[in-house]
Amino acid sequence: MRRSFVSVEGIARRFPGPRGGPAQTVFENVWFGIEEGEFVCLIGHSGCGKTTILNILAGLDRASEGAVVVAGREIDGPSLDRAVIFQSHALLPWLTAEENIAFAVRSRHPDWSRAQVAAECRRWIDLVGLSAAAGKKPAQLSGGMKQRVGIARALSVRPKILLMDEPFSALDALTRGTLQDEVNRIVAETKLTAFMITHDVDEAILLADRILLMTNGPNAKIAEVVVNTLPRPRTRHDVHHLPGYAELRNHILDFLVDRSKRLAETMPSGWDPRSIPEVRPAVPA
Amino acid sequence: MRAARPFASLALSFLLLAIFVGVWQLSSLTPRGGEATVDPEYAALVGAAAATGGQTPFPSPLEVGARILEHLADPFYVRGTNDQGIGVQLAYSLGRVLAGYGIAALVAIPLGFVIGMSPLLYGALNPFIQVLRPISPLAWMPLALYTIKDSAVSSIFVIFICSVWPMLINTAFGVASVRREWLNVARTLECSTLRTAFRVILPAAAPTIMTGMRISIGIAWLVIVAAEMLVGGTGIGYFVWNQWNNLSLADIVTAILVIGLVGMVLDQLLAMATRAVSYQE
Repeated sequence: MRRSFVSVEGIARRFPGPRGGPAQTVFENVWFGIEEGEFVCLIGHSGCGKTTILNILAGLDRASEGAVVVAGREIDGPSLDRAVIFQSHALLPWLTAEENIAFAVRSRHPDWSRAQVAAECRRWIDLVGLSAAAGKKPAQLSGGMKQRVGIARALSVRPKILLMDEPFSALDALTRGTLQDEVNRIVAETKLTAFMITHDVDEAILLADRILLMTNGPNAKIAEVVVNTLPRPRTRHDVHHLPGYAELRNHILDFLVDRSKRLAETMPSGWDPRSIPEVRPAVPA
Repeated sequence: MRAARPFASLALSFLLLAIFVGVWQLSSLTPRGGEATVDPEYAALVGAAAATGGQTPFPSPLEVGARILEHLADPFYVRGTNDQGIGVQLAYSLGRVLAGYGIAALVAIPLGFVIGMSPLLYGALNPFIQVLRPISPLAWMPLALYTIKDSAVSSIFVIFICSVWPMLINTAFGVASVRREWLNVARTLECSTLRTAFRVILPAAAPTIMTGMRISIGIAWLVIVAAEMLVGGTGIGYFVWNQWNNLSLADIVTAILVIGLVGMVLDQLLAMATRAVSYQE
């Protein structure tokens, strides 16, 4: 079988049961792949282990079983090639916006001169539109600006894969929209491979090539893969007018509202965790 | 809290001080009683108060003020071992405090760092810390004198032992409670252990560590006076005890004021340093 660029192979996460009881399984037997340059979103309710999956991909957490293979090599801990944009932005509060990015740039290029690092920081600060706030500490920045710094920091190490854990969920709707467009543009321009966790259906449709739908935990499973056939480039202004958008959106909403709970109890017969059924709701039947 | 008007509170401070000094001055104006006739030679030998069987009168603010001016005019004289300027005595005390405190910082901060990073060591050393911490530092004095056999070094040891605990505990706590997400940032950036320690953990824990250092300097300055009273020889604590033996209350009041002022300066210096490393989340 051909392996994807990122290949998640039968990972499970179990926690020891309370008072020596049976181990609690958050999820098990999770298989999926991400192709190079592809944007994949994972949607599911809280508690299904979405963040754990992302942390395993990042190398911050370890799977109880199974493995993740990236470009043919099993991952073993975090790497500069897999950058993370954290939900809580996770900026270092004692450093300015620019210093936060410089910290990342210097991690990638320890041998660079001060001027080289400064020039690279400038580039990323300009790219996310923060030139006026470069010298400010995170506490002086708005939520949206903080997350821009977080995005710039993640991109400044020139990763191969960008991992995002609900990066915009703490932001107001307007800011969220602007940042979605920017991430969409940057990821397309840099041809990054991206994996994002979200519970915002519109966000997933705007950004993702494929959307993984996860059932409720415990024992969460990826029930199906929704292929986003809406044409690119998509922007927030036109995506909801595209033919097929409503069908796509309704399919995912139906899953979240109803099927995610029903499927958590019994999966349909013939469902194989190693080849999850793909659906294309936006394609007219 | 409403924003205080600094000028108004300063004015009130001066008013309170004036009332206090005024009451003190008035109460020292009361007649000193029993001017019994005694042999002037006997009086000269044992002091006028003792000769008449009365008490040494408590000095008035004016007398204390005059004494302070005398000390300020010549703080660094040395006229024999038991007669040295208040500045010299302060310098001895400060030297001991800074030596003991400095050594304590050199031990407590790296050790606290390691304890904070290792839950195993934290658990293993915590019982010892909890038992040793509440011991009055002066209780160590006999053991120190017995083993070190040098009174000056023993008082430095006592300062060390009293200032090591707040720094150790605060450093360990500060390091252990560095936000998980900041450590995760360092991990995803493939930072080495040393780089993580110095660029992430140290700045993150710095305000907590500095708070420990501020608590420690306060305790060290409290303890040095008692330690020097016990050990004798030099220092502001010995000065106080020596003036008690001389029944020179004006000198004791002067010394008390000076101890307070120096303690305040030390505390403010550490408070400034704490502010310099603080950050807003």
